[in-house]
Amino acid sequence: MTAIHDGETAHAEQDATEGKVYSVNGQDWDEVVGAVAESSEERLVINMGPQHPSTHGVLRLVLTLDGENVTEARVGIGYLHTGIEKNMEFRTWTQGVTFVTRMDYLSPIFNEAAYCMAVEKLLGITDRVPLRAQTIRVMMMELNRISSHLVAIATFGLELGATTPMLFGFRERELVLDLFEYITGLRMNMAYVRPGGVSVDLPAGAVDKIGEFLKIMPGRIKEMRKLLDENPAYTRRTKDVAYLDLTGCMALGITGPMVRAAGLPWDLRKSQPYSGYETYDFDVPTETSCDVYGRYLVRVAEMEESLKIISQCLDRLSGSELKGKPVMIEDKKIGWPSQLALGPDGLGNSPDHIAHIMSSSMEALIHHFKLVTEGFRVPAGQVYVPVESPRGELGAHVVSDGGTRPFRVHFRDPSFTNLQAVPATCEGGMIADVIAAVASIDPVMGGVDR
Amino acid sequence: MSTDNLPGVPEEPVARLGMFGVTDSGDTSGYGRLVVRRPPRLSTPKPYGGYFDDVADGLERVTGDAYADIVERVVVDRGELTIHVARGRLLEVMRHLRDDLALRFELSLGVSGVHYPEETGVELRAVYHLCSITHNRRVRVEVSCPDADPHIPSTVSVYPTHDWHERETYDFFGIVFDGHPALTRIEMPDDWEGHPQRKDYPLGGIPVEYRGATIPAPDQRRSYA
Repeated sequence: MTAIHDGETAHAEQDATEGKVYSVNGQDWDEVVGAVAESSEERLVINMGPQHPSTHGVLRLVLTLDGENVTEARVGIGYLHTGIEKNMEFRTWTQGVTFVTRMDYLSPIFNEAAYCMAVEKLLGITDRVPLRAQTIRVMMMELNRISSHLVAIATFGLELGATTPMLFGFRERELVLDLFEYITGLRMNMAYVRPGGVSVDLPAGAVDKIGEFLKIMPGRIKEMRKLLDENPAYTRRTKDVAYLDLTGCMALGITGPMVRAAGLPWDLRKSQPYSGYETYDFDVPTETSCDVYGRYLVRVAEMEESLKIISQCLDRLSGSELKGKPVMIEDKKIGWPSQLALGPDGLGNSPDHIAHIMSSSMEALIHHFKLVTEGFRVPAGQVYVPVESPRGELGAHVVSDGGTRPFRVHFRDPSFTNLQAVPATCEGGMIADVIAAVASIDPVMGGVDR
Repeated sequence: MSTDNLPGVPEEPVARLGMFGVTDSGDTSGYGRLVVRRPPRLSTPKPYGGYFDDVADGLERVTGDAYADIVERVVVDRGELTIHVARGRLLEVMRHLRDDLALRFELSLGVSGVHYPEETGVELRAVYHLCSITHNRRVRVEVSCPDADPHIPSTVSVYPTHDWHERETYDFFGIVFDGHPALTRIEMPDDWEGHPQRKDYPLGGIPVEYRGATIPAPDQRRSYA
């Protein structure tokens, strides 16, 4: 027996080879249940999604139910596949950044950083990326980690029936997005990180604004903790739900908060540091409960750790060592000569640079034109660069054939792999716990389907 | 003419003739007789340096005499170790890499495919990224198969996480992973024809008109590669 959501006529019953099919159009669940009760079948297959509000985008779950128990859970993805990886093979290396930033749209800076670090590794310029750019990257990544975890916790609360965590979470996230807009010009999909550095230096006043954010945020996280940490309605829905221990995590390739909630302090920022993470002082929070509640605790604690890192970044950026230093590699064959400047019509090329190439130096014009239209060549080879994204290990496998375009870019997105844990965490449990289980994985379908 | 002072000529085949990818008309750029060859196929001799030697030696120890048959070549490039494995022996290599105490690559980061249409006989590649949490190491295993016989043994039995990754690689490249429990498409619709990430699969797209000028589709634009 199957109940499907998209039938043309309400509760039209039809005999199909797999059993009776019920069409459900909303508000008629009681009638379906009544009809099922009369029938002799005990198994009910329901289709959750691809547009169910609790599925973080277009995720489809096919659940086989025995009463309220889930006996089989299958996951259908691909509804948000946009061919980003294929498209990148027809753009220059620098243009690739604008594509990868749209993969996992809740953590765009991580996608950009992983891709750019891979391109830099292929070019062999990893050590020549300016320290100021590295520090800005780290700061932006940690800001992004906070905004991403806030969405995870906010939607999480909403899906379990609590509206206030959702409102709080999105309100706090807005603070981070405002910072992103102030620094990069865009709230999401910023294409801020570029091969060789970052696209533009911090604008005047950015350090103060982030400083204010650092003052507000600890209190806001405490508010969130007050709402959820000891909330009996919340803990009863999350404790001992969707259990997945370390063995299961390793077999399924699970990384990120899920594996840290299973007790393994595996964080690439500590174990295989990049962008200078080894020079920052922070802890890797872990839990040993292996359940939804543990994953929530890990995420909240990670936000607090991120605040520590951001404050260290700020100290360095405003210190004498990095103040006013370049944010793009000083290699004229890779770093664009133009610097962005804020004009009356928004952010654009600096008038000084336009004047230079248009009226005083023909060579500079040619150089600018070649770099922008043709791009730079990247020596042939392949690299894999992992970063610790909010959801786990985000790996960029980038292959070059020596040309001006990527030959192949593959993103090992943590959401894609982590979603494989749905059957392991949901089967045998109650249908209501499926929502909590999926929410604790925190999948972002833009990253899953790419 | 002495060739001592010239750089070595990279191996065949030719990557491109001329400039800008022009093939249909005479190239007046002066680059018409420019010949660009593909970079040589890399193969690194021992010692590999760092922990790479430990990994290679560990694999040699557990496979014994069969090592020469199993490992086609080893590449150390940009600080990363790649082991090219004969496809028939992939499963045992993976099992050794996961289970041997000296190797212990318990975490797999999945499968990625690459299509090299010019490399006859080894066009399709499945690339596995493995990570050892015990030793904090990484290794890449690469397996090739020809376009005419796109079969590679499935490694889901060793690394269950490869379930979706192999489906994705099948979906995008048409590599059939023999022994996979349910090798179906995962991203594209079930009835889709073709495998989109292959190089012979067109990107598609339409020309865009903007203020009287027309910009061709991305795959029709001038190429510098």
